[in-house]
Amino acid sequence: MTETVVDFPQNFKEALNDAQLRRNLRAAMDTMGQRRRNLFADLDALERLRARGDAIRWRALRQLPDLLEQLEKKCTENGIQVHWAETPAEANQICLGIIQRHHASRVIKGKSMVSEEMHLNHFLDEQGIEALETDLGEYIIQLDHETPSHIIVPAIHKNRDQIARLFHEKIPNAPYTEVVEELNAIARKVLREKFFAGEVGVSGVNFAVAETGTLCLVENEGNGRMCTTAPPVHIAVMGLEKVVERLEDVPPLLRLLTGSATGQLITTYFNMITSPRKPGEKDGPQEVHLVLLDNGRTKIWADLELRQTLKCIRCGACMNHCPVYTRLGGHAYGYVYPGPIGSMLTPQLEGLDHAGAMATASTFCGACEEVCPVKIPITTVLRRLRTESYRKADAPDAVKGHGYKRTLAESLTWQGWALSNATPWLNALNAKVLGLAGPHLSKLPQVGLLKHWGQTRALPPFARKSLHALAKEKGIADE
Amino acid sequence: MSNARANILARLRAVAPQEPAATPEPDFYPAAKLGHADRIAQLKRLMEHMHAEVIVTDPQNWIATLKDVLRARQLNGLLYGPAGPLGAALEANWDGELPPLVGYTEAVEQCKERLFALDAGITSTRGAVADVGALILWPDANEPRLLSLVPAVHIAVLEATHIHDSLADAIARERWAEGMPTNALLISGPSKTADIELVLTFGVHGPKELIVLVVD
Ligand code: SF4
Repeated sequence: MTETVVDFPQNFKEALNDAQLRRNLRAAMDTMGQRRRNLFADLDALERLRARGDAIRWRALRQLPDLLEQLEKKCTENGIQVHWAETPAEANQICLGIIQRHHASRVIKGKSMVSEEMHLNHFLDEQGIEALETDLGEYIIQLDHETPSHIIVPAIHKNRDQIARLFHEKIPNAPYTEVVEELNAIARKVLREKFFAGEVGVSGVNFAVAETGTLCLVENEGNGRMCTTAPPVHIAVMGLEKVVERLEDVPPLLRLLTGSATGQLITTYFNMITSPRKPGEKDGPQEVHLVLLDNGRTKIWADLELRQTLKCIRCGACMNHCPVYTRLGGHAYGYVYPGPIGSMLTPQLEGLDHAGAMATASTFCGACEEVCPVKIPITTVLRRLRTESYRKADAPDAVKGHGYKRTLAESLTWQGWALSNATPWLNALNAKVLGLAGPHLSKLPQVGLLKHWGQTRALPPFARKSLHALAKEKGIADE
Repeated sequence: MSNARANILARLRAVAPQEPAATPEPDFYPAAKLGHADRIAQLKRLMEHMHAEVIVTDPQNWIATLKDVLRARQLNGLLYGPAGPLGAALEANWDGELPPLVGYTEAVEQCKERLFALDAGITSTRGAVADVGALILWPDANEPRLLSLVPAVHIAVLEATHIHDSLADAIARERWAEGMPTNALLISGPSKTADIELVLTFGVHGPKELIVLVVD
């Protein structure tokens, strides 16, 4: 599903000029980073844990088709109905079908990034079905018709005054209060009635265990447990990469997830669901459905370098530590997944021709890689995506929408550069010309991108001697 | 019927499988092997940090401790599972001054309104994990899932000998992989959120209070 084309530079400018947004973000991101550092104070232990997380996720991905079939088999044996969807549209239809079969009109939702990817709420809304977000942060932004700006703390761009005004305006009889506890209490009261009346619960999945057919959910608020326990029907939606092989793979991943996301040893609840209500049991949904969404993941998976993207456990640590994200917030990116994970994932899901600009929203400082709990080489993937943006349009097996940046002038320039470097006499001539021009052309010309770049930086002068010449003088062999 | 399943699997199967490069998988945290008393102390410390109230008591006194807990609060009733591990003891020791015991004996469809109106619920626990400070619950027909979720106060009774060093330990020792229940839970405190300015607030959608009676 492609959103309207995102005007990146304009978004960036607006976000950077929003002083309130920058204050809200700055405080929050610093805090989250600090909490993570406090929890993982033992760096050796952290490295071992990350290596383990990396290995577990890679082992799972290596066996992806087998594990998906095993997961399906186990879930089916346990009574969970498994559905496969190639596109968000298909996944939405599957959800709609289930909801309609139960003549339901009130859907309560736990936090799920995949459902955001599907734009499920919007879709259901068009069908006249209320899909209510019940995670406090998600509830706040849904009230304001916004999308999440962070994958863990979706309303982090708002401060308490803004939320106070929002509640007072949008919730009937809600008094104006800036006391966080009171704002909480207001939401609790509204949502409790919704939990009571919800007919279908929708949730995401943090890990799905192929060995036992178990769906694992991590949360603090209890709304996830409500959505997966109180209504008669539970639909879990997940990206098909979320499968892990064995139950024993879960504890290390859980520790990495909660620690990286919020600096917690463990969340309030870890909810493991293996079947619908069994005969004699008094609560829990009568039906549990699992929707496995592809949406381009199989294509990412086919490329060993890009496959690394799919190790992600959606902890958000890369965002909290990214110098770009922490200044812009999530909305400027214009897509569901912002920050480094978004820059890496979105262009692959949506196509480079639509979201390729996201791959450029990085300084390549590598902070994201340093904190990533499953050691995704994020900058390598981003670099690859930038390369793909220039690849020939008819190149096989490339990333969707590749080559969107390729221009004739640029191809010719690089072809010329390659020719020059492969042809010693031509190279020598070029170096001479530039070297001679050097004293006169003391700086790079201030045109195009260089002009932009040079506004706040001193442009370097041309060297008198080329690298080739210098290397020769130093006696370095020229291959 | 869509062909999504066949198409997805076909795409995955079309890629030549890699050789199973043996990535070393280091032991991530051989959780400290604690003695009995240390395990209790660690659990208490971590859970209290998460705003749970942890009271260590013994087999003779846990009911009396429970009564103290209840008397200290204004509660309109205590939801429990009559056929669960605590049922008989509670019934035998109840008296009129305490909030009435209310059995969770019907399917939720029949008692949802009552359920949502009650202030407190009591459950047994399957065990706990010391290294992160969390209870293990496997709700069942006798002590259903909503018992530990809907009432604002959740009281949990834990046998001290059932505390494991870690979740990994519990999974391995009790061979969870051989048969998972409908629902297995870890609970580390009362429900909480930090969604507004990261200010930690307790008591969102789940219980506002978690009281753990450790029977040692
Ligand atoms: S890329 Fe790594 S750091 Fe970022 S959300 Fe995914 S797992 Fe977390």
